[in-house]
Amino acid sequence: MSAPAEAAVLEASAAAPTALAVNNIEVVYDHVVLVLKGVSLEVPERSIVALLGANGAGKTTTLKAISNLLHAERGEVTKGSITFYGEEVHRLSPNELVRRGCVQVMEGRHCFAHLTVEENLLTGAFTRKDGRAAIQADLEMVYGYFPRLRERRKSLAGYTSGGEQQMCAIGRALMARPRLILLDEPSMGLAPQLVEEIFEIVDRLNRQENVTFLIAEQNTNLALRHARYGYILENGRVVLDGPAEALRDNEDVKEFYLGLSGSGRKSFREIKSYKRRKRWL
Amino acid sequence: MAELGPVLEVLLGGLMSGVLYALVALGFVLIFKASGVFNFAQGAMVLFAALSLVRLSEWLPFPLAFLLTIVIMIAVAWAVERLVLRPLVGQHGLILFMATIGVTFFLDGFGQTIWGSNVYQLDLGIPASPWFLLENVFPGGILVSPIDVFAAAIAGSLVLALSIFFHSTKIGRALRAVADDHQAAQSVGIPLNQIWLIVWSTAGIVALVAGMAWGSKLGVQFSLSLVALKALPVLILGGLTSIPGAIVGGLVVGAGEKLAELYIGPLIGGGIEYWFAYVLALAVLLVRPQGLFGEKIIERV
Repeated sequence: MSAPAEAAVLEASAAAPTALAVNNIEVVYDHVVLVLKGVSLEVPERSIVALLGANGAGKTTTLKAISNLLHAERGEVTKGSITFYGEEVHRLSPNELVRRGCVQVMEGRHCFAHLTVEENLLTGAFTRKDGRAAIQADLEMVYGYFPRLRERRKSLAGYTSGGEQQMCAIGRALMARPRLILLDEPSMGLAPQLVEEIFEIVDRLNRQENVTFLIAEQNTNLALRHARYGYILENGRVVLDGPAEALRDNEDVKEFYLGLSGSGRKSFREIKSYKRRKRWL
Repeated sequence: MAELGPVLEVLLGGLMSGVLYALVALGFVLIFKASGVFNFAQGAMVLFAALSLVRLSEWLPFPLAFLLTIVIMIAVAWAVERLVLRPLVGQHGLILFMATIGVTFFLDGFGQTIWGSNVYQLDLGIPASPWFLLENVFPGGILVSPIDVFAAAIAGSLVLALSIFFHSTKIGRALRAVADDHQAAQSVGIPLNQIWLIVWSTAGIVALVAGMAWGSKLGVQFSLSLVALKALPVLILGGLTSIPGAIVGGLVVGAGEKLAELYIGPLIGGGIEYWFAYVLALAVLLVRPQGLFGEKIIERV
C-alpha cells in the first residue's frame, strides 16, 4: 500500500465509529475475587488496539468479559457496561455475540485437536447462514492468508506445530466473517520469527478485510509496533493509555515494559523508588 | 473338543448378545464424545424408555406409542440439560459423573412410580420360535433367535447412520468440536446447550432401541437398568470415544464370554460368563488405556 493510501486509512480510522466500548466494568470470580476493578476502553472500527500488561493484570479476563466466556469459569461482570456497535451485549450468549461479528481467539490457541485443520476452519463458520459457496470462498481466503494451513489441511490439528495452531485458530475465527476479533496472547510459546509473521498477517487482515482487532499481548514492544492505540493494565485497572507511538516514547513504559532505560543498571533500592514514582498510580 | 456346529451356534449367539451390549454402550459413547460426561444414567434411560413404550402401547397403537416415547426421551434430555448440566457447566468431570448417578436413581424410581414396577411383556411381533440355519451342513442346524437378528440389523443401521451424522454433517462436526474443547467451541459460536440437548436426545433414542431389544428378550423390568453394567467392559474394550469401537467391543465381549464358558468353563467349574468381560476389560486397560479404537491421546512434547 502506498504512503498516501496508508495515511488515508489512518485518517478514516480516526473518524471511524466505535466498534466496541467497555465502560468501567468490574469482574468477580466465584462471587468473591475481584479481578477487574473498573476497566474502560474503546476500540474504533477498523483499528488495531493493544491491551498490555504483565501476567495476571487482567487482560484475558477483560477479553473473556467482552466475549462472554467468563461464565464457564465462574466469573461474572458485576458492574459497568459493554457495548458492541452501540448495542448492550453483556447479557448475550457467546453464540449470539459471534452472530453479531465479535469472535475471540483464545489464549493457547485451543484448536480442536481431533479435527483436521480444515474441519477446524469449517467449525468457525458454524453460525453462518449464507450458504456453502460463500463459506467455501472464505475457506480459500483463509488459505490465501495462511498457505501453510492449506498444506496441512488434512492433518489433525493436534499434530500441527504451535505456529500452525495459532494460524488455525485465527483462520477459524475469520471463518465467522467477524467485524471484531479479540486476539488473546498470539505470541505465546512461539518463535519470534513466527510471531512477527502472524502479526504481519493481522496487519493485512486489518487493512484488506477490514477486521478490527483488540489484541491482548505481553510482548509490549511487538504489540506497540503493530497497534494504533494501547491500554496498559495493572492489577485489574487501566493505568495508562494512548496512541501507540506515544506509549512507545513514554519513559515509564520504556522502563517497565520495554526493558529500556537511559541510565544503565540500577540497584534494587532504586527500582523500588522508581515504582513509587510511577505517575499513573 | 466340541463339534463345529454347536461351537458356531454358541459363537453366533454370543455375537448377537454382543450387539445388544453394544447398543447400550453406544449411548454412553455418544454422550461422552460430545460432552465429556460419563453418563451413568444410560442404563436407567434404557429402562425408562422401555417402560414408557410398553405402558403407552397398552392403550395406544404401537407406532404412536413409539413416537410418543421418543418425545418423552427428548423431554428427559431437555430436563437433564436444563436442571443438571447447565448449572454444572465448567465443573470437574467427576462432579458431572456424580450428577449422572443422581439422575440414574431418579429415573429408576420415577419411572417405576409412574409406569409401575411389574414385569411387562414387550411384543414386537417378531416370531419367538428360533430359526435353524444350514441344516444340511450340520446335524440339527444352527439355532438363531429372530429377535437377536432383528436387534443386530437395527444396531448396524444405527451405527451407520450415526457415523455419517458425526463425520459429514455440520452439526456432527460441531458435536466433535464440543467433545474436544468446550470453551473453544463456545468461542466460535457453537451453542453448548443446544448441542447437549441434541446429544442427550440421540442417546435417549438409542436407549429406546436398546430397551426394545432387551425388553423383548428379558421382559421390561427393573433389571434392564443393570445392562448398563455389562456395557462398561464393552466401553473399555472399544474405547469411550469410538462408535465403531462400541460395536466391535460388544461383539468381542459377547462372543468372548460365551466361548470362555464353553472352553474354560468346564475346567474351573463354570460361571465364567458373568465375570469374563470384566477381566478382559482389565487386561485391555493395562495394555491400551484408550481402548482398541479410542481416540489417540494427543500429547505434544
